[in-house]
Amino acid sequence: MIRIINLYKSFGTKQVLQGVNLDIYDGETITIMGSSGEGKTVLLKNIIGLMKPDRGSIIVDGTDITKVDNRTLRNVQKKFGYLFQGSALFDSMNVFENVAFGLRHQNLSYEELTKKVKLYLSYVGLEGIENMYPSELSGGMKKRVALARAVAYNPQYILYDEPTTGLDPQTAETITDLIISLQKKLNVTSVVVTHDLKAAIKVSQRIAFLSKGKIVAIEESKKILNSQEPLIKEFVSAAIL
Amino acid sequence: MKRTIESLGEYLLLIYEIILNLFSPPFEKNILINQIYEVGLKSLPVCLMTSVAVGMVLALQTGMASISVLNEPAYIGTVVTFSLMKELGPMLTAVVLVGRIGAAITAELGSMRVTEQIDAMYTLGTDPIKYLIVPRILAFTIVLPILTMLSILIGITGGGIISYLRFDIPSTIYIRDSLDYLGLEDFFHGLIKSVIFGIIVSTIACYKGFYTEGGAEGVGKATTSCVVLSITFLLIGDYFLSSLLIALGIG
Repeated sequence: MIRIINLYKSFGTKQVLQGVNLDIYDGETITIMGSSGEGKTVLLKNIIGLMKPDRGSIIVDGTDITKVDNRTLRNVQKKFGYLFQGSALFDSMNVFENVAFGLRHQNLSYEELTKKVKLYLSYVGLEGIENMYPSELSGGMKKRVALARAVAYNPQYILYDEPTTGLDPQTAETITDLIISLQKKLNVTSVVVTHDLKAAIKVSQRIAFLSKGKIVAIEESKKILNSQEPLIKEFVSAAIL
Repeated sequence: MKRTIESLGEYLLLIYEIILNLFSPPFEKNILINQIYEVGLKSLPVCLMTSVAVGMVLALQTGMASISVLNEPAYIGTVVTFSLMKELGPMLTAVVLVGRIGAAITAELGSMRVTEQIDAMYTLGTDPIKYLIVPRILAFTIVLPILTMLSILIGITGGGIISYLRFDIPSTIYIRDSLDYLGLEDFFHGLIKSVIFGIIVSTIACYKGFYTEGGAEGVGKATTSCVVLSITFLLIGDYFLSSLLIALGIG
């Protein structure tokens, strides 16, 4: 379980997160939505410890990662997989090396490594491209390779930063379906950050709304379209129009 | 001023992290070997070419100067050898590597930073300081002294060629002049400098790349800053290092 308690984060004079409170339960998929610039990615990076908050706590399975040393933080980070908005594939490595990167310290033989890489590439529907380099891949393919890389070492939590942004509707749908199928296959806890309402309703059980640096509303995804909460209604109408 | 102090703090923290990671496993041996090849072997031709040219021009200028002062081309070997061994060898090799490798390291790490590849490494259970930076620092520290010594040798040879071709000084005289006053302390003077220069250049290059901000423009600025800062610190540091080594009786 992840507990975010009274989280504050600023950059210079700009206060981005202003007291975020959120509980993320084991096994669920929760989406965090909000307008551009509200701090969704900042929140996600704080959860995984890539950024340190100014104030507040982030408790991952009982460990407050805002108060631990780097070595302990690295151990907690191993519980997470992260899908970056721009994929963040290592461009000096081919697809095989990218997907295998998270498995480096597992002391696997080359055969075992190859088997695992092929397996996770098959999960994302990209068998046979192990020798290609990121520069040779389309945007959708990069996202899928990045997803395979993020899940290859069986993390407990997967964080998705705008997984469908920049993709055509068909590819976005493919990614959304992959998130759902991986959720079922791997039984992970997922946190998705997006402003794609359709994808959010499809993949998650709950949707949290981030506005003015706080979580202002949380609703079950099946009830979102009929919610009477003013902020949610406003967001839904803007998304539909 | 505030930004300069912040940068100095970041740089010193990075040095601290590098030292911690130097002595803790896992040790990225394959990456170190690859970096030694990239930094060392691939830089050898340009370092040797630069050095032979410097040795030749030094011999020419020394010969002409000694003719005007002493009416004969004297002590060319001595001047060329001492200059290369104690100053020009370490300095020029380091400067060549700033341009060839230092800038490339900053650009590579900077590009990785702005495209979140460094963040990705953290999320995949790998400390990027251990994986990216430590091998580069070690490679520089191992390779620069070797490149420097080879460059000095080739530079002295270049000087010998000009001494013979331009001033008719036989090789035996040139070699005698080169070795007569040369001591072990002069050799160590140059060697220690090349190690320190390697640490300066590599840490600045890695620091600038690792803390790049601001997209493609930021990468460009960081690369330029790496070259300028490295050369500035090399030149200023050279004076203080030379003073210290001389005070300690090393050259």
